[in-house]
Amino acid sequence: MTHESFEPLIIAFCCKYCSYSAADLAGSMRLQYPANVRIMRTPCTGRLEVEFFMKAFEKGADGILVAGCLEGGCHFSEGNLLAKRRVGYTQSFLAEAGIEKERIKMVNVSAAGARPFVDHVNDLIDTVKKLGPSPLRPESANIKEEILT
Amino acid sequence: MIVAQRKSVPELTDILGKDKKVLVLGCGTCVTVCLAGGEREVSIISSALRIASHVHGLGLQVEELTIERQCDNIFIEKAAEAISRNDIVLSLGCGAGVQAIAERYEKPVYAGLDTEFIGILEERATWTEKCSSCGKCVLHNYGGICPVTRCAKHMLNGPCSGSREDRCEVRPDRPCAWQLIYQRLKLIGELDRLKNIKAPKDWSYSLHGGSRIIIREDHRL
Repeated sequence: MTHESFEPLIIAFCCKYCSYSAADLAGSMRLQYPANVRIMRTPCTGRLEVEFFMKAFEKGADGILVAGCLEGGCHFSEGNLLAKRRVGYTQSFLAEAGIEKERIKMVNVSAAGARPFVDHVNDLIDTVKKLGPSPLRPESANIKEEILT
Repeated sequence: MIVAQRKSVPELTDILGKDKKVLVLGCGTCVTVCLAGGEREVSIISSALRIASHVHGLGLQVEELTIERQCDNIFIEKAAEAISRNDIVLSLGCGAGVQAIAERYEKPVYAGLDTEFIGILEERATWTEKCSSCGKCVLHNYGGICPVTRCAKHMLNGPCSGSREDRCEVRPDRPCAWQLIYQRLKLIGELDRLKNIKAPKDWSYSLHGGSRIIIREDHRL
């Protein structure tokens, strides 16, 4: 599979107070973004643990987007700041294990940020397409077919 | 508590070798509290090992288990089945835990952590060394602040006069232990203790005589 032709599987962990609403708003606004993203709603990005990210990569995710509230705007004060550190810690683990750390990214989006959300998704998909499929991606995974059906 | 840190993934894969069934065994006591070897860390390190194995073609099969305490026979027995179906145990316990497992099973048991020191949680996610387990405690002389552990020069008769602005000259990021000792003794009205020059410490109670053993005859069967 060439890097250009493959369709990456991106898991987006979205905080229900901000980026999940932003993703919803993107739909209402008819903003287009690739269907490679599987959105997981989380009560706060502070709920996310390093093992969630590691497990997602282990199961074959090509990239992970962690989308939390704007800094200073977390519903639970500092959940998004905790998530930022955990994403950094995950990146060090991935690098040690032999996977590009750019495959996981933390972004901050407000509930009204439909356009920024779409831009972040597109950015990560571009990055992951350049990196190529994750070495852990199952041979049977055919995201392209899944997207088209 | 005992404070430890994880080894890096390349270090672990070097230790483990190729084509092995590995049991990553966590410990639910000290190393859980210091975020190095509890259930969560077992899960993270196991995932990292599976990823590294896949990426580098190491052929490792990784199983996860965490027991309450690795330094206690009652809890170690609960790992017996998992240990028997794997080739190697990668212990995320402290050095004592690793050895306790190794003594009981005829399987290679490797340390997945670097055991660092006996310490306390000073603030969130920050652990500091407080005790060297030197075997003959002198804390009563120093207001409860250990010069053996916390003074970089281990001075029993301090200070060394090298501190600057209450900071240690060897480790400027740490406070001068002797400054803390003086302040503490002054606070509790025991400054007189500093007038007594302390004799050199008897290190025969420490590691110099080989590994130590304590037997309580009153509790033996």
